[in-house]
Amino acid sequence: MSDTINFIIDGVEIQGREGQTILEAAEAAGIYIPRLCHLKGLTPHGSCRVCTVLVNGRPQASCTQPVAEGIVVESESERVQQIRRDIIDMLFVEGNHFCMFCEKSGNCELQAMAYRFGIPTPKFPYQFPKRGVDASHPDIFVDHNRCILCGRCVRASRDLDGKHVFDFVDRGPHKRVAVNAEARLADTNLDASDKATEVCPVGAILRKRVGYAVPVGKRLYDEKPIGSDIEAAKTK
Amino acid sequence: MAKPKVATTSLAGCFGCHMSLLDIDDRILKLVELVDFDKSPIDDIKEFSGRCAIGLIEGGCCNEENVRVLQDFRKHCDILISVGDCATMGGIPAMRNNIPLEECYAEAYLDGPTVHNPSKQIPNDPELPLLLNKVYPCHEVVKIDYHLPGCPPSADTLWEALVALLSDKPVALPYALIKYD
Ligand code: SF4
Ligand code: SF4
Repeated sequence: MSDTINFIIDGVEIQGREGQTILEAAEAAGIYIPRLCHLKGLTPHGSCRVCTVLVNGRPQASCTQPVAEGIVVESESERVQQIRRDIIDMLFVEGNHFCMFCEKSGNCELQAMAYRFGIPTPKFPYQFPKRGVDASHPDIFVDHNRCILCGRCVRASRDLDGKHVFDFVDRGPHKRVAVNAEARLADTNLDASDKATEVCPVGAILRKRVGYAVPVGKRLYDEKPIGSDIEAAKTK
Repeated sequence: MAKPKVATTSLAGCFGCHMSLLDIDDRILKLVELVDFDKSPIDDIKEFSGRCAIGLIEGGCCNEENVRVLQDFRKHCDILISVGDCATMGGIPAMRNNIPLEECYAEAYLDGPTVHNPSKQIPNDPELPLLLNKVYPCHEVVKIDYHLPGCPPSADTLWEALVALLSDKPVALPYALIKYD
């Protein structure tokens, strides 16, 4: 094929296609690059940086970086793993993650990422920020304590639902997700069937009255690390 | 040769992690062959009798007494392990961490829906340990050598870690044994 792009990930030769990102090309080759803000079907956002790889020695977000002929990508090296681990650690201490009673536990991508990296506890001091919960909507609630600012809800509502229910406000450590109403989620046009209600990687946007439906041991990441489905495709 | 000694304590915890330790079932018989318990609620020994190989800490630090006990454990134990989410991240008690202390007291002793306190007194006896401004995970107070997360960590997690340490092997827990819930 003429639009084939040859490049290398961790010493392995990969054939990508013109227009693919490094993350997509890797995935097609059965190589899982960890990610949190990225979700198939949403515009890449490049914000969480968990998918960082070294491209010819420079850190890049693989979910937004296009493939290019001859690039040398480092993904599983100790240095890259350390960068990712530090980011995961920071995401935990910057929020209030009480996994022991979180409805998302076992199905949470942030928690699963920490498990995949074998993190027994984050190394940075806990911030315990003051954040709120918006339970005004009859079917959906937002718990800002668990939000990792991945922007999936923002993108899904805007691009898939055509509504723009969520967006970011403020900056730096004060950045947070706000709703398109005076204050409450109940006053937006969010519907329980919106895509935006399904995409949150953590327990920050959840459906009411369905928590803990799946027993411990049977949840998404109880037995198998996140990304194993992609890696399994390779061995076939 | 004398058996290595293990000490345990529950700081700002609920004793669930100790229950999980008892949950190793009949392996507890093997455990008493491997170790002697020193200061611990398991045998009700109140003070250290000497140097211990391993100290298991359940719970974080919510008051000054917790800090003193934790420092005492650090002094007496070669290896100190944070056991459970309260020890590793503060846990449920740390939910008060972004609420001012005064409001916590008011809720607990004056305004809470189940409070009956006609004299409106807030306990203030000098015997009572003072609360800290917030609840601290153990590694923010003393050096901790290993962390076993979980609420509580499963009996298998505790067993695997203890057996590895007692046989001088690295603690390499399999995927299914590192859990935060
Ligand atoms: S959102 Fe995920 S990491 Fe945060 S408390 Fe819930 S399960 Fe834990
Ligand atoms: S609420 Fe969920 S989907 Fe939205 S930004 Fe926060 S973590 Fe991402």
